Amino acid sequence: MPLDEIKIGGMGASRRRVEDNRFIRGKGNYVDDIVLPDMLHMEILRSPVAHARIKSIDVSKAWDTPGVRLVLTGEMMAARNLAWMPTLSYDTQAVLATDKVRFQGQEVCAVIADDPYIAKDACAKIVVEYEILPAIVNPLQAADPASVLIRDDKENQPGNKVFDWEIGDKAGTDKAFAAADKISKIELHYPRTHPSPLECCGSIADYDRATGKLTVYMTSQAPHIVRAAVALVAELPEHQIRIVSPDIGGGFGNKVPIYPGYVISILASILTEKPVKWIEDKTGNLISTGFGRDVYLKGELALRKDGRILGVRMNTVSDHGAFFSDAQPSKFKIGLMHSAFACYDIPVAHMMSTGYYTNKAPGGVAYRCSFRVTEAMFFQERMVQAAADDLGMDQAEFRRINFVKDDEFPHRTAFGFLTDSGQYGKCLDIGLEAIGYKNFAKEKAEAASRGRLLGIGISTMTEPLGAGNSREYDILGIKMFDSAELRVHMSGKALLRTGAKSQGQGHETTWAQIVTHELGIPAEDIVVEEGDTDTAPFGMGTYASRSTPVAGAAVAMVARKIRAKARKIAAHLLEVSEEDIEWELGRFYVRSNQDRGVTIQECAMAAYSNMPDGMEPGLENNAYYDPPNLTWPFACYIAKVEIDPETGVWDVLQFVAVDDCGVRINPMIVEGQIMGGLTEAYAMANMQYITYDEEGNCIGANYMDFLLPTAWETPGFELYEVVTPCPHHPIGAKGVGECATVGGPAAFVNAVMDALKDKGVRNIDMPLMPNRVYEALTTGNDVYGMPPVRVGN
Amino acid sequence: MYPSRFNYESPKTLADAIALLDSGAGETKVLAGGQSLVPMMKLRFAFPGTVVDINNIPNLNYHRFDSDGTLRIGALCRHEDLEHSDVIAKGQPTIAAAAPLVADPIVRTRGTFVGSLCHADPQGDWAAVMIALGGRVVVQGPKGKREIAMKDFVLGPFQTALEFNEIAIEAVIPAPAGQARGGYLKLERRVGDFATASVAVALEITGGKVVRAGIAMAGVGGKTIDATDAASSLVGQALTEANIATVAAAVAAVAEPRSDHRGSSDYKRQIIRTFVTRILTSIANSTKKAA
Ligand SMILES: Cc1cc2nc3c(=O)[nH]c(=O)nc-3n(C[C@H](O)[C@H](O)[C@H](O)COP(=O)(O)OP(=O)(O)OC[C@H]3O[C@@H](n4cnc5c(N)ncnc54)[C@H](O)[C@@H]3O)c2cc1C
Repeated sequence: MPLDEIKIGGMGASRRRVEDNRFIRGKGNYVDDIVLPDMLHMEILRSPVAHARIKSIDVSKAWDTPGVRLVLTGEMMAARNLAWMPTLSYDTQAVLATDKVRFQGQEVCAVIADDPYIAKDACAKIVVEYEILPAIVNPLQAADPASVLIRDDKENQPGNKVFDWEIGDKAGTDKAFAAADKISKIELHYPRTHPSPLECCGSIADYDRATGKLTVYMTSQAPHIVRAAVALVAELPEHQIRIVSPDIGGGFGNKVPIYPGYVISILASILTEKPVKWIEDKTGNLISTGFGRDVYLKGELALRKDGRILGVRMNTVSDHGAFFSDAQPSKFKIGLMHSAFACYDIPVAHMMSTGYYTNKAPGGVAYRCSFRVTEAMFFQERMVQAAADDLGMDQAEFRRINFVKDDEFPHRTAFGFLTDSGQYGKCLDIGLEAIGYKNFAKEKAEAASRGRLLGIGISTMTEPLGAGNSREYDILGIKMFDSAELRVHMSGKALLRTGAKSQGQGHETTWAQIVTHELGIPAEDIVVEEGDTDTAPFGMGTYASRSTPVAGAAVAMVARKIRAKARKIAAHLLEVSEEDIEWELGRFYVRSNQDRGVTIQECAMAAYSNMPDGMEPGLENNAYYDPPNLTWPFACYIAKVEIDPETGVWDVLQFVAVDDCGVRINPMIVEGQIMGGLTEAYAMANMQYITYDEEGNCIGANYMDFLLPTAWETPGFELYEVVTPCPHHPIGAKGVGECATVGGPAAFVNAVMDALKDKGVRNIDMPLMPNRVYEALTTGNDVYGMPPVRVGN
Repeated sequence: MYPSRFNYESPKTLADAIALLDSGAGETKVLAGGQSLVPMMKLRFAFPGTVVDINNIPNLNYHRFDSDGTLRIGALCRHEDLEHSDVIAKGQPTIAAAAPLVADPIVRTRGTFVGSLCHADPQGDWAAVMIALGGRVVVQGPKGKREIAMKDFVLGPFQTALEFNEIAIEAVIPAPAGQARGGYLKLERRVGDFATASVAVALEITGGKVVRAGIAMAGVGGKTIDATDAASSLVGQALTEANIATVAAAVAAVAEPRSDHRGSSDYKRQIIRTFVTRILTSIANSTKKAA
């Protein structure tokens, strides 16, 4: 009897998440749960102002506070060459301010004390004298040559521009536009938001002078990158650095960068020779750590009368805050923005991108997306809807005729990516059917008779996941591959380690399922470990939906190496030659006699007790996986909304999600990822943003201003699936962690815009708060930019 | 959370609690549900020297109607007690409508009605409800008890008529003349948000005619706004489409909203007008049905 793969928790099993056993019992082990003997506590004093020269810092009263062990200033950091650190985007970032503060919330001093209360009390006693400078709070101001220079610390930095970046075929695109029947234009803003994991950032640095070893427990999605960076910054030898990421309470890209707090706690531990714990508070997290988005777009589509898109022009302006510390493959200044329009068959495209420094928090992390892909797909789908409206075409039909067709793969996109598989039309059909697209006109009329406005919004997109392939993707020169190491014990139970790091994705559950699929070892017999650089194989971590596409592939590959060795052992045990052996899940057998066989567990035992002559004992191996290409999941999201025209409040009547993420390892986890992502998409579309007043004060510094939706207002989501396996991934998976956050927002916004089409409204920038919807529907005007902070009185 | 250092006291009697406040010379704060005080201490906006927790004082957790129809709400009655109360559902429609809209379900399990009044947040829901209902607050200090009409209780944003050594022990809502009708509508950005704009309506109706009309608003001014004068034209009338429209416009006109990221002042007035119209229309429709 062959094994039932689903029963033993293999591929396709909606196995319960094993990590939840500890999480739901409060037995998780987060950084703040770790207590080391003699541990000290660190608190950071942050700048209350956005832009100012530091005239003086008086820390004497803080030093005098009983229980204070160390007070660190920028000057003291500078004396150790640690006042500045490199960012992941080849810029520098202040660790503790020396000359100026450049955003509200910037790290100015740190107090290390016996307990966190004392540290906080002492921080309040530090006196900093600031000479206030004008604050630059948007790229428009930043671009003005008369504006104050933010980065006067840098040589060769005459203005506030960070970069100009360009991709595509300019001349060809100009030609396409010249030949177009119609040109559709739209200007959009993707507001600044924040990944806002519930657990904030933190670290415990523990430097042992006797052994010379530095151990850092910290909230990192990419512990190996941190080790490399710490080796660089702190000039410690790599083998003497151990980074441990314990359980992480959410990351969403926020925990990829290296933050000043980590570095300061390390120096503090070296100086005090005691473990030093730093735990950020919610406001600290929201105002100083990696944000998402903050990009403006001018988009244009060249259109033919029959609805074909002939060319794309995108011009982006992005706001990077005070330091260019975007966490992204180093070669791409505005991430993978040029993945826009990958699902459409478009001859030619051109993109110009300009980035600016402002007096706002630095970061620009890939908030639940592969580096600016969220912006790319939002812009794409808003441009597509505007174009369909401009042509007077049905929005679904317009998409369909421009889709890359199922038999046109592999397909080179206008911006140069290679997509490999998909069934875009089929996904759209399922979505339209589920939302009742055919009957919508009737439904809309019925709602109108009740005084309500109805709209349907579609968002279809394919996005690039799984950076990278080492030809094109690196972070500070380190190639973006990943790894897995598998040890099968004598009893056939196993230990798997990877270079990725789960922050809630459920790796402990799904990685085991891949091994089960490859080897037939029941999932419950496999333990998964990640996050400790002393034990895990080198990897680039978890973000950009890269775990399954890259580390997950490595897991399959290492399991196959184990199977290959087990096959030799099986041949030895069965006394036949290797060629005469067949594999079925969990068992080798003799081709001529299926009853004569040995299980993988028997092979494991033999690897330690009865190996063939000349064979190395043991059954363990590792694999480093460099993917041949990115993976390209597809999604079709459709929202149906109803607007109350007297208040501007809009409700989601129905939301349909059709996801093709290739082969699904654990369908339940896939669905959880999609629902979580759609919830975040809804938040951004409806209520969430961070903005700054003209003095540079951050609005969105706590959960009363920065809104996370609750179960109450989050709409229900109907999920459907299509499976087009990835042709180059060992198990055909494409990744799913981010599709919904990436593709979701445009569905909501397009739906509201569809409802307002008859009023002459073409755009409301996110968030679509009721007052903005009301303004648009009563005036017929578009609403641009961020909600004003204070207007008159 | 790392507040400033403070002493914690947990008296077992009201007299002890008052004595602690009296000896605290203004450095002492009452802790009821803690849903406003504790966040403020966490942010170090509030740093009381001593916190007097009143949760262990018996006989303060109640809400009940006297035989004459007067409603009494004790100092430890939680938002959720009112939300799930049968007597409130039956007898006090304005409170019944507001209770599920105050904060979020977690906050409602701890936060108290009376504490909310004492906090005097201009965006708070209960102050608007109390003003619309013409309620009073009973306070007790070293010199004994006194009653303060709700409209005199709140002096300004986060300021009340409470002396430093007084505790609010009860909210009193007078018995309605005739039938109590009313409603509460609130525009919020998501559950747990304070009001962008909200309206409390409390009518007393006899023989199909309005005998008292109380209306108040939250979120649309530096303090809770009493719009009862603006609603006075309803008194002696049956509700009609015309007088509803007039009152809705009059109430919106006395709102003092400021333009901010939640909307322009005109928008907030529009919300008020819409909400007043909706509440009154729904009362009119159900009154008609009953008749
Ligand atoms: C996330 C969140 C969302 C919220 N949303 C809303 C909302 O939408 N609408 C709303 O109205 N409120 C909201 N609140 C506030 C909530 O309703 C509080 O419960 C209420 O404002 C205060 O009641 P409390 O019992 O918690 O008072 P506490 O926090 O214990 O005290 C508040 C203040 O009143 C004083 N005080 C309390 N009780 C007495 C007393 N008996 N005598 C004298 N002084 C006293 C305290 O000293 C303190 O100064 C929210 C709170 C939170 C945390």
